[in-house]
Amino acid sequence: MVKRSFVFLCLAIMTLAAPAFALQPPAGQTEFVPISQLPPAEQLPAAPLLVGAYAFVWLGLMVYMWSIWRRLGKVEADMRALERRGSKGSSVR
Amino acid sequence: MRKLFAPLLIVTAAMFVYAPVMIAQAPYESTMLLIQKIFYFHVPSWIAMYGAIFVCGIESAIFLFRRKPSAERVASAAAELAVLFGLFGLVTGPLWGRKAWGVWWQWDARLTTSLLLELIFVGYLLVRKYGGPGSDKLAAAIGIFGMANVPFVYKSVDIWRTVHPQTSVVPLLLTSAPGMAAPFAFCAMAFILLLVLLLALRVGLEHQRAALDQLYLAEE
Amino acid sequence: MFLKVALLVLKKDFAIELKSREILYTTLFFAVSCVLIFSIAFVREGAPLEDAAAGILWLAVFFAGTLALGRTFERERYGETLRALLLAPAPRPAIYVGKLLGIVFLLAVAELLLAPMVALLFNAALFSRPLLMAGLLVMGTIGFASVGTLFAAMLVRSRTRDVMLPILLYPMTVPVIIAGVLGTSALLQTPPNEAVATMWIALLGSWNVVFVTLALWTFEPLMTE
Repeated sequence: MVKRSFVFLCLAIMTLAAPAFALQPPAGQTEFVPISQLPPAEQLPAAPLLVGAYAFVWLGLMVYMWSIWRRLGKVEADMRALERRGSKGSSVR
Repeated sequence: MRKLFAPLLIVTAAMFVYAPVMIAQAPYESTMLLIQKIFYFHVPSWIAMYGAIFVCGIESAIFLFRRKPSAERVASAAAELAVLFGLFGLVTGPLWGRKAWGVWWQWDARLTTSLLLELIFVGYLLVRKYGGPGSDKLAAAIGIFGMANVPFVYKSVDIWRTVHPQTSVVPLLLTSAPGMAAPFAFCAMAFILLLVLLLALRVGLEHQRAALDQLYLAEE
Repeated sequence: MFLKVALLVLKKDFAIELKSREILYTTLFFAVSCVLIFSIAFVREGAPLEDAAAGILWLAVFFAGTLALGRTFERERYGETLRALLLAPAPRPAIYVGKLLGIVFLLAVAELLLAPMVALLFNAALFSRPLLMAGLLVMGTIGFASVGTLFAAMLVRSRTRDVMLPILLYPMTVPVIIAGVLGTSALLQTPPNEAVATMWIALLGSWNVVFVTLALWTFEPLMTE
């Protein structure tokens, strides 16, 4: 029941989001044209792109470090569990 | 090596905190203005990626021909970092390109080679995870082949038209606009230190995993 | 000794293939159906794009080659003959060369069928400079097969071999397809640009030398447990 409603929800979201994907940016030029020569309509604001680029790098680094932390935690937990089992086994004997 | 870790961490963190100050103070480039500032993170990302690929290739060769298991650990850590820094470069590049060139992507030598290297090393990671028995050696072969492929890919795609600024941009910048040289060198140094730091962390993780495997085997 | 072993492996594969012709026929018809759907995909106003001929030829070779590689080594794995080959007192790189030659011959037969077919369907003058075209095809096939044989041999024991082979092979052989397609396009121009085609053949030649050497070098440590 849950699975079916989940599938339905995904399909609904995809259908509603389809027009967003259909909107393409206007076709750019194929050669290098300095910014000053582009028509004003083509000129994008630079700040969001710049901020986006730096934010991506920072976020990426944070996510990566967190993932190393998590994996290290898992390995250490496994090691502790193993050691506990080892000591329990030896104490039984 | 362990003792260097804490000071390295502090230095790298400090450099990264100070970097935006230096970048904001750097002079504007005449044709691209503000968006060119992505350059200070974009090119160092590629420098770090090529560094990681170099490390991976060398360690893969050592692993294949000398059978040192520690080399395999370093190689896989380096491959993961190559994918990470390559991802940074591949995202910051189009963001810069969209504004500077008007298009998200161009099939010129530099971009295509970079995308290809990224794919090859993603393949490396996939093989290590899903490759089945003997996949660590196959991954090592992929690392070596990937590194050997770089000049060929570059040369073959270079014969097409190119829009990406040629390598000469960097030396040109350093001589013609000395104001840009300092922040660039600073950021490059920061990224290289970051690469070393993350490599140390990641190899440490691999080392722990190997120790865990040993414990499991000893338990049998 | 080396050459003898390589030729023995080749003869073995030939003998098996001649009997059943399974891989040959299926690869050929897969290549043909590839050309067909690519042609349809690139049709504009009822006629296929003429410039697409070079690309479609090489794509069909690559896809058919991937399948052939997978099937050849699947057969080895099924018959457990790979382990027998490795146990034999033969230099391991010679086994690699033998398998490589087998794949190259198989793809050469496929190309003998594909090239005229593409020339026909696309009205492309692929045979205006037949020697250069043949040189391009031979060099490109050797390049593709050299890396493919190595990877397919390594992936033989893996569960995910069918999908891992293209994932690993295609990015690695990008220079081959660039050289092949651009060289073929150069030959399709009017008049055919022989200098450019020769340049691409030379590039492919140097790529082949480097990668066959690398493959010979790494085959031994790779196949050892």
